[in-house]
Amino acid sequence: MSFYDEYLKYKNFNFNKFFSSVTDNQIIKSINKSKLNIEDFLVLLSPKASNYLEEMAQKAHKLTIQHFGKTILLYTPLYLSNYCTNQCVYCGFNCSNKIKRKQLSLEEVEAEAKAITSTGLKHIIILTGDARKIATVEYIKECTRILKKYFPSIAIEVYAMEQEEYEILVKAGVDLLTIYQETYNEELYDKLHVKGPKKNYRYRLEAPERACRANIRAVNIGALLGLDKEWRRDAFFTGLHAFYLQNLYLDTEVSISLPRIRPHVGSFKPGAIVNNRDMVQFMVAIRLFMPRIGITISTRENSKFRDNIIPLGVTKMSAGSITSVGGHSNKDNYTGQFETSDKRDVNQMKNAIYKRGYQPVFKDWHAI
Amino acid sequence: MEDKLVIGDVVLESRLFIGTGKYSDDKMIPKIIEKSGAQVITVALRRMDFEDKSENVLNYIPKNVRLLPNTSGARNANEAVRIARLARAAGCGNWIKIEVISDNKYLLPDGYETIKATEILAKEGFVVLPYISPDLMVAKSLVDAGAAAVMPLGAPIGTNRGLKTKELIQILIDEISLPVIVDAGIGKPSDACEAMEMGAAACLLNTAIASAEDPVLMAEAFSHSVKAGRKAYLAGLGSVSKYANASSPLTGFLDSIENC
Repeated sequence: MSFYDEYLKYKNFNFNKFFSSVTDNQIIKSINKSKLNIEDFLVLLSPKASNYLEEMAQKAHKLTIQHFGKTILLYTPLYLSNYCTNQCVYCGFNCSNKIKRKQLSLEEVEAEAKAITSTGLKHIIILTGDARKIATVEYIKECTRILKKYFPSIAIEVYAMEQEEYEILVKAGVDLLTIYQETYNEELYDKLHVKGPKKNYRYRLEAPERACRANIRAVNIGALLGLDKEWRRDAFFTGLHAFYLQNLYLDTEVSISLPRIRPHVGSFKPGAIVNNRDMVQFMVAIRLFMPRIGITISTRENSKFRDNIIPLGVTKMSAGSITSVGGHSNKDNYTGQFETSDKRDVNQMKNAIYKRGYQPVFKDWHAI
Repeated sequence: MEDKLVIGDVVLESRLFIGTGKYSDDKMIPKIIEKSGAQVITVALRRMDFEDKSENVLNYIPKNVRLLPNTSGARNANEAVRIARLARAAGCGNWIKIEVISDNKYLLPDGYETIKATEILAKEGFVVLPYISPDLMVAKSLVDAGAAAVMPLGAPIGTNRGLKTKELIQILIDEISLPVIVDAGIGKPSDACEAMEMGAAACLLNTAIASAEDPVLMAEAFSHSVKAGRKAYLAGLGSVSKYANASSPLTGFLDSIENC
């Protein structure tokens, strides 16, 4: 039994038929329930529910303050390596893209750590491409060992691993796994992942569960919105996946990200344009469905959008992001995984959050 | 007669304990402390930043206020013990609020692991204040384990739902010799007042103040309500009757007929 079985229950569900049957009464009832079920969540994702965005946002705002307060946790990515054996058509690190490849030495990792520390950030996420023979588990473990001296919280966003491999990294000090399914649409997934280990849909889908069993403190999942032309479907499966994980692994903190596809090297055309209204609908619907879930928004989004969604449900934001390998300490021009949109530095981000009446939080974990 | 709360060997005037989380700016904290009159404030070790001088919550806590570090984030006894030791080593004193939560859905505390952590830490000289579900057997075990107080929840943490567990808290107040401090779930000053009227030794709350439109004013409101509830408890509440007592329809005849 895994989330794949849960996925199969809804795989052939007629979403459009359901959405067209949703009534105003159903929407109002779902918004006002104190405990929503999965069907309520789907009701709130319906096109019709976008007419009730303000009502949903008001409730999402109250729930977020109740459970998280007026705070936004800040973190930044640290790219360790961009070697990759996958051909994911939407990604800048695609192995067929002719970009300069680089993997940081341990000395360079330390230099990056020092550069990030000087900005005041305490939470980092380390990233690699999918080249497990180059960016090995052992290499990631060694990097973690160095980074632990500088950061109380270390997250990983790397290739899908075995439970035993996650156990090694958890023991080394990793406390959060971020892994995006990209799209839950199995057929589309197969098309977008032309070649490489990532092509195995189910292995990736079940990775968060393996990490939970490895006793990791937190997992963060998401779909790259815009890959599937039906973004509501991917939003629904993200919520279903989070709900499944939280029910099964009570002691793991489950959170979600809402990444939206951004320009990058290559010529991939997104399946859909997910507009700001859609993003907000997804964010407030998931907040109503899972009031305690952490929600992350990265610098893929522009500063105006990020500033305005602060009261709506987001709890964690990246700041001062650089998506190229070694970019924090070295100005060599390596190609980034994607182009960031919000280019503000940590200090500017901090001030922007205060200006909205929220507290930027730099430290919310202590390695024990 | 002086009415003081004694925890460990510390005598407290105020029966309102507050928290530090969820504020839009830590700079509000001194004012909140002042208006609430609180002498004890809880801080999660995970949030303390000993290296960053500008973003450290401890900067905003006056020296005369007792720090109650908590083990937020601990999923078992072992993690709670490690966090407590880190807090003490960092100079936060020997008080510790044990919070062991392995349920991210409702954030309900794990009684068994809490007892284990309390036993270890009490032996190491900590003044242990464990956060629990109001379960009499767990509370009794905590007394044996060396806790300095027990802190039952009124409702799941952060819910502001009030004293949903009232009956069970009353049992703890009646049966446990340690101070019973109602922690979590208190949403309104009237909830805190009710807990104090029942005989709770104190109330600990955070969300109700931090998520108010005007947290400083709400801190003041809680200060009054806790004092009012305590005074009412000391004064002895009058008995409550469902019916008016003007006559005794069933037994009145006893006075009207000859007694033989």
